[in-house]
Amino acid sequence: MTRTHCPYCALQCGTRLEVSPQGLVVSPDEDFPVNAGRLCMKGWTAPRVLSAADRLTSPLMRPRPGAEQRPVAWETALDHVGAELRRIVSAHGPDAVAVFGGGGLTNEKAYALGKFARVALGTSQIDYNGRFCMSSAAAAGQAAFGLDRGLPFPVTDLASAEVVLLAGANVAETMPPLMRHLDGADLIVVDPRRSATAERAALHLSPAPGTDLALALGLLHVAVADGRLDRDYVARRTSGFDQAWRHAAEWWPERTERVTGVPVADQFAAVRMLAAAKRRYVLTGRGAEQHSKGTDTVSSYVNLALALGMPGREGSGYGCLTGQGNGQGGREHGQKADQLPGYRRITDPAARAHVAGVWGVDPAGLPGAGPSGYELLDSLGRPGGPRALLVFGSNPVVSAPAAAEITARLASLDLLVVADFVPSETARMADAVLPVTQWAEEDGTMTNLEGRVLRRRRAIDPPPGVRSDLWVLRELAVRLGRPGHRFPDDPAEVFAELRRASHGGPADYSGIEPEALDDPAQAAHWPFPAGGTSTPRLFLERFAHADGRARFRAVGHRDAAELPDGGYPLHATTGRVLAHYQSGAQTRRVPESVEADGEAFVEVHPDTARRNGLTAGSLARVVSRRGATVARVRTVASLRTDTVFLPFHFPGAGRANLITNPALDPVSRMPEFKVCAVRLEPLGSGVTTGSGER
Amino acid sequence: MNRIVIAGNGPAGHRLAELLRTRAPRAAVTVLGAEAEPAYNRVLLPSVISGKLSPEQTYLAGHEGGAVTVRRGAAVTGIDRERRTVRTADGLLHPYDELVLATGARCFLPPLPGLTGADGEPADGVVALRTLADCRRLEDLLPRAGSIVVLGGGVLGLEVARALGDRGHAVDVVHMGPHVMERQLDAPAGRTLAAVLERLGIRIHTGRAAASRTGGRLLLDDGSALPADLVVVSAGVQPNTELARAAGLRVGRGIVVDDHMRTSDPRIHALGDCAEHAGLVPGLIAPAWEQAETLAEALTGGDRPYTATRTVTRLKARDVDLAVIGDGNHALPGAEVVTLADPARGQYARLALRDERIVGAILLGFPASVAAVSQLYDAGAPTPVDRLALLAGRAVAARTDAPGDLPAEAVVCRCNNVTKRALVAGWRAGARTPEALARTTRASTGCGSCAGAVDGICRWLSAAREAADASAVPAGEAFAPAAPPRQEQQPLPELLTR
Repeated sequence: MTRTHCPYCALQCGTRLEVSPQGLVVSPDEDFPVNAGRLCMKGWTAPRVLSAADRLTSPLMRPRPGAEQRPVAWETALDHVGAELRRIVSAHGPDAVAVFGGGGLTNEKAYALGKFARVALGTSQIDYNGRFCMSSAAAAGQAAFGLDRGLPFPVTDLASAEVVLLAGANVAETMPPLMRHLDGADLIVVDPRRSATAERAALHLSPAPGTDLALALGLLHVAVADGRLDRDYVARRTSGFDQAWRHAAEWWPERTERVTGVPVADQFAAVRMLAAAKRRYVLTGRGAEQHSKGTDTVSSYVNLALALGMPGREGSGYGCLTGQGNGQGGREHGQKADQLPGYRRITDPAARAHVAGVWGVDPAGLPGAGPSGYELLDSLGRPGGPRALLVFGSNPVVSAPAAAEITARLASLDLLVVADFVPSETARMADAVLPVTQWAEEDGTMTNLEGRVLRRRRAIDPPPGVRSDLWVLRELAVRLGRPGHRFPDDPAEVFAELRRASHGGPADYSGIEPEALDDPAQAAHWPFPAGGTSTPRLFLERFAHADGRARFRAVGHRDAAELPDGGYPLHATTGRVLAHYQSGAQTRRVPESVEADGEAFVEVHPDTARRNGLTAGSLARVVSRRGATVARVRTVASLRTDTVFLPFHFPGAGRANLITNPALDPVSRMPEFKVCAVRLEPLGSGVTTGSGER
Repeated sequence: MNRIVIAGNGPAGHRLAELLRTRAPRAAVTVLGAEAEPAYNRVLLPSVISGKLSPEQTYLAGHEGGAVTVRRGAAVTGIDRERRTVRTADGLLHPYDELVLATGARCFLPPLPGLTGADGEPADGVVALRTLADCRRLEDLLPRAGSIVVLGGGVLGLEVARALGDRGHAVDVVHMGPHVMERQLDAPAGRTLAAVLERLGIRIHTGRAAASRTGGRLLLDDGSALPADLVVVSAGVQPNTELARAAGLRVGRGIVVDDHMRTSDPRIHALGDCAEHAGLVPGLIAPAWEQAETLAEALTGGDRPYTATRTVTRLKARDVDLAVIGDGNHALPGAEVVTLADPARGQYARLALRDERIVGAILLGFPASVAAVSQLYDAGAPTPVDRLALLAGRAVAARTDAPGDLPAEAVVCRCNNVTKRALVAGWRAGARTPEALARTTRASTGCGSCAGAVDGICRWLSAAREAADASAVPAGEAFAPAAPPRQEQQPLPELLTR
């Protein structure tokens, strides 16, 4: 029996793996408190991906450009990629090679990938799909508390909550076992849709897509005008309330109601529920964050929590529900454009000196900050942009906004290299595909949504022909003329180096002994400095700003980047369904998931469907200014008549991201996945707008 | 450098200055405000009166980090259009390239004995509510005010009456019209609203006007008298047009402006409560902010004509939920009208629709539906076919939870996509307890919310088995309904599935 964790979301449910004649069998780990014996369908069926029929087991290359991908020997693939990278770097400079990572990579891989980019390639052009995940919450958390850890308290603290406000988080579908910890709480769910989570809510607030920020400002207004402000806490532990209030003052309840569609009475009810409880939490998810104003929206919810005196008190607080499996660790160890390991800023001279010291290089040689994820992808193959891209653990053909344009960018590269374990839509475009290990085949660490460092353990051998990402990075580094010992492929060695690199940084792992992680009774929450202890709860004494205070951020509301109009009269919003994970590259290979939801669909209010000539079960084209996607109509009576919903897990013509708007948040550079303007057409109505429509 | 002078530091002038701060960073913007107070949000004054907000909490955000100069206590006294200067009360001259009149409005004070002093200002014990200073004056008078009369049963009058009632004062409202808020409400709505307010302890006297005030009593035109230690006047407002009129600008009820907020002098603009557009002086904050957007564009070379804003009027009074959306009151020829009235419970709804779209609505006592109706109105979007569900305000999803009623294909455990059919099959295969079903089907092992449903299905199956045993009917046949006929589906393009 091997104890490890589920390969999917940020809960990182504990699992036990048994090798049986039928293959690997999963059961939930009763002893891991986050899931305590629970598991959703994705976790139960995760072994299916290990034995996927089209599992990659050999490197693939094209004999000539445009030809089919064919299996080749590792030496051939690595030599070719190495030679091409050297050619491109010497002809166009190191920034002509870009790297795109993922929030599902282990801490060791994320760390090694960032080091590989900065040291072996010397490029500043590295970012990852976490930009599409929790970057807005990270920016807002950093601004408010001086430190960003998804949940600054253990998940299990939620179990004793009386009231929990979930802003844009459909946890009943996206992290079902978390619901166990919310059983005892009255839920206030903020979601334009009556989601599975909203069905369980004591109070469901349904703002029009793109108006979450106005709602949060309105709730702060009510908190003050209804006499619920925790004046003592605000005076003792925070700064900046007055400036934040000036903005909230403009959002009196009736105005908030008109803009958001949330009844005045419900605004009061929400604030009163939160204010009356002793143990209460405000948690945000992608629904609040994936906007061109996602950072301000999260700041606004943090402001509400601060006004009610919640953060930094045991049994109460604000947290972000990180999405991807290692969305937390993935953002701490240097695969983000502006960061170095330990959650350090790459522009900070002291951080550069420390990390360069660990890496044995000259700090002056480290590149500076590069562009953010979407900007990086959008610059590929353009004049002055990168001409080669290495992708690890990501599928931007499906997951990036304005996907048709990003697909065209990828196609314009001189060299696209994808390391993955299945032929994802992005891998299929690649000039070279490198087959790598996945969860049950590898060792390493992950950091879950509560900042707890966990061990991923190897239960079975990978198929022959498959290598680890760490091995691939080392082999490429060697071909780029770097000494191989600088790029160890043993995860334990990498973790030891990561601990040294993170030492003294905000996300300090230096005190974490790997052996201690084997004891389920010990929980290693960072910061965990050498000689120190785990930090399950942050901010109890002071916040991480120099003055120890949390900061209100003065933010005002602004409209979504694109509003409905005559040509595109409806809001479209995107999200996930229970059976699938992110771009679906894994779960679309699981029969149980395909049986639950096997194709792209669009949820439409029955009246809206009828008015657009659609019936349940028919196919619709959902058309935006970026393109059109095809999806089967599901009529949902609880949906707003002005809004349609599409899951983004499906490929090809069913990609929801063909229509999404790449308008970016000015702070976090998060694209606006959660709202754009669309119209609906029956498929085959003869109207051809095409994906090239601008 | 472009010199823009804004006469008036109310919400309209303040918003314009704030927009210009970012959109015209090279312009020198000067705001001249008559009040000594920083700009504040007039909408919040009822909250100040009810004691929920301090006066300072109504202040608007300052113009930080830009070239905006605000002079407070600097009332504009004259405009010289030839020299393009304005003069302030302190004698200073302010040259302008563009002048904006945002002079607002003032309360209409009926010239009655005992209500006005010699100077035309409110007499002792009388407050005309318009400014924060008026609120402070009211606050000072309240401790000695046993009985209060509010003159005027319009929106602001009723809000103030409710706010004062909230603080424990006895309040009478004297209103000249046939029913309260007759500008917005039809007669049944007005009567129902009055009844709601009466139940909250506010006495309403409609069809009555004040005649005079003497010795703490207010005499009405029918000869009756009300005790009135304090009289709060809320009898409408007058746009402040004197400056414009003296400068020779075109003035009707307000300062006449075109779609770009330009007055009859192309270098002078007006907006907010002092401006008359298309014959109307809206007197609400939302149109004023819209006008500020229009004018900010016009002053920076843009073009965003102002079109009369769709209005939604909400009465901000605790425990009274009233919204008037668009044209609530007037006869709308050819409109589909939906009405619903339950006067005994203080409910009245009237929806007027044309071409499936809402053109006007009154919603009294329907707190959950106002949001949806006003959003449909603002978007000009078609209304759901089920009008009564719209009025009920919440999606009422029909739910059949009884295990027997559940179709076989119904997913009981969402986390593991376990249908009722699969649970029935598992039970028949020998998993006769919820725990056994969890082991064999994985139902309830995710979020756990279906544990009750799984248990229910288990009990129901066991009960059905017992009943079947008792009546010797083959077990199970009764409770496994055939799958519903599957809808004929359009074939899916191959790309969609992978």
